[in-house]
Amino acid sequence: MSKIILIGANYKTAPVELREKLSFTSEEMVAALEHLKKDTDIKESLIFSTCNRTEILYIPETGEQIDKIIAFIAHYKKIAVSEFKNSLYIYKEEEAIHHLFKVASSLDSMVVGEPQILGQIKEAYRIAVANNSSGVLLNRLMHKSFSVAKRVRKETGIGDNAVSISYAATELANKIFSDLSQKSVMLLGAGEMAELAVEHLISNNVKQIVVANRTFKNAVDLADKFGGQVVKFEERESALNDVDIIISSTGATEYVLTRDQVKRAMKKRNHNTLFFIDIAVPRDIDPKINSISNAYVYDIDDLKNIVESNIEQRGKETVKAQRFIEEAVVKFRKWMDGLSVVPTIKSLNDKMTSIVDIECKKTLSNLKHLSPADVEAIKRMTQAIASRTIHDPILFLRNTGDHRDDSLYLNVTRQLFNLDIPEEK
Amino acid sequence: MNLQTADILLQMTTALYFMSMTGYLLFLFNQKAFYQKSAFSLISAAIAFHLISMVVYTVAMGHVPIQNLSQSLSVAAFAIGCMFWFFHYKFELKILGVFASILLSAIMLAVLMLPDAPVEKNAVLRGFWLYSHILLVFAGDAALALASGAGILYLLQEKGIKTKHPGFFFKRLPSLDLLDNVGYTCLTTGFALLTIGLVAGFIYAKAIWGRFWSWDPKEVFSVGTWVVYAALLHFRLNSGWRGRKSAIMTIIGFLIIIFTFLGVNMLLGGHHQEFTK
Repeated sequence: MSKIILIGANYKTAPVELREKLSFTSEEMVAALEHLKKDTDIKESLIFSTCNRTEILYIPETGEQIDKIIAFIAHYKKIAVSEFKNSLYIYKEEEAIHHLFKVASSLDSMVVGEPQILGQIKEAYRIAVANNSSGVLLNRLMHKSFSVAKRVRKETGIGDNAVSISYAATELANKIFSDLSQKSVMLLGAGEMAELAVEHLISNNVKQIVVANRTFKNAVDLADKFGGQVVKFEERESALNDVDIIISSTGATEYVLTRDQVKRAMKKRNHNTLFFIDIAVPRDIDPKINSISNAYVYDIDDLKNIVESNIEQRGKETVKAQRFIEEAVVKFRKWMDGLSVVPTIKSLNDKMTSIVDIECKKTLSNLKHLSPADVEAIKRMTQAIASRTIHDPILFLRNTGDHRDDSLYLNVTRQLFNLDIPEEK
Repeated sequence: MNLQTADILLQMTTALYFMSMTGYLLFLFNQKAFYQKSAFSLISAAIAFHLISMVVYTVAMGHVPIQNLSQSLSVAAFAIGCMFWFFHYKFELKILGVFASILLSAIMLAVLMLPDAPVEKNAVLRGFWLYSHILLVFAGDAALALASGAGILYLLQEKGIKTKHPGFFFKRLPSLDLLDNVGYTCLTTGFALLTIGLVAGFIYAKAIWGRFWSWDPKEVFSVGTWVVYAALLHFRLNSGWRGRKSAIMTIIGFLIIIFTFLGVNMLLGGHHQEFTK
């Protein structure tokens, strides 16, 4: 009976310095898998490594081979065992399957619901397949993890809510304006905070970026970085005519935009919508501006509140996602249990017997002239044909050993004869 | 082809509108594309049945079913259905179906409950100008009804964003820009149709009664409605009455339309009275 084992370290168990030391690049992964493949104690293996985690998933030929894998990591990453052993988690069987499904569904991510992880796992799987290091069990396991992840994404709201300030601001902008690529952004203040805040907006390809800063040189530098324009800080009021989103992060102690200024600007821009994102502390944008029609002001606390309620919402969706994962683990376990000799032979026999029964009934009900003895003889003959047909395949399955991969043949048998219960799509 | 067939078809139409409403409400809560697609198919089927029912009636009776209140409401519903269909394809604003299907179901329920006594064929009710008048005014009112629907959606979305508590509707409704745009397009379309429709009515009145204007209460209120919308458009273009103000005005405008349609006849009488008795 094959065992599934997963050894790894992630952001919860290891600090970033250690994670860096343990991480594998794609090239390293290929070489490591090559190495593991040569090891006769390891039947199948797969490595996935991101900046938040490094995990090795494998099926040992005999025993558990945990020490061997740990020694392998130490040797391969040139790091002492004592340095990382305490940061490792080791999951076996259901626990390993469960953990993998959780990771793929982004429930184990630092930012729960972030969409990149599935792609990273798919890439790791692709490398394992290309190197022939994954076999029947891991192939099926990985495919299951993809479908669970897909289901979680589709049927829970786990990926829906913005849980970072920058993302929440972008989401709001998207609900105010219909097409951000037609809108311009003005940055008041050229600090790092401003840069972080616009990151998401810029990836949304806004039409233009305008930078205004007290120190002109810094404004020029930042504008260069984003391919934007520079205006003088004193020109900020008139600049309101040409922009739609204002992100403010200056160190000013007083409001840099007042209600009267914006009211005047509003008239000039024919009351087209303005969206102010104020991430400065103390605040830059007069909160009273929010009471002007078609002007919306969000300061850092407002954004934080939204993020918090989104995190809460995400927690609720996580419960639902957990249920999908439990279901998938049970199903996979069932499939694995079927993947041994005795149950496979039994389902093969059952299938043949039921075919014989159905066909005999069909034919004999139309042959009323036969005597009971004839009927009996025909029944016996059909049964004999059926059992002779599967006699050799069964012998082959019984004859385990010879260093062959039994799960491979069992899997083929189950597929050829369609012995697995069909799963709903 | 007889009256009974038309009645049965109308009942089926109503049932379809209700099923579509159910679908749209499920979509509102669940956000599954399947519900929205089914609901849209159902509302499309309902509009088709509605049309067939009116054709059957016209063939059976020899005149268009617009002789009493029940029939007028039914035509109004049909106009709203067609307008919704048109704007659905223009803007892909799926959530507007929630508003349209609820409004349609409510009107059709009234249509079925109101007495539909056959009315003596009225010699006055014929001619090109009359049918143009009816067709254009109904189509215009339907577009303005949808404008108020977009206005309601706008206010729901705007309230959440303004008060910084994006709630139930935040994810479910599109951006303020888009809602404002849809409302504006519905408004201009409706206003244009209404204007031509009123002109056709004046021409018809001149032909029948020899004068353009006869201080009929419905005439007065119709022109009043027109003035309200004209003012809204004027302020929108010249004083930036967009967004919230515009949304509130379209809703008020639609309430005046409803009063013009129902209230004037019930309370004030006049020569439009026959069709809404």
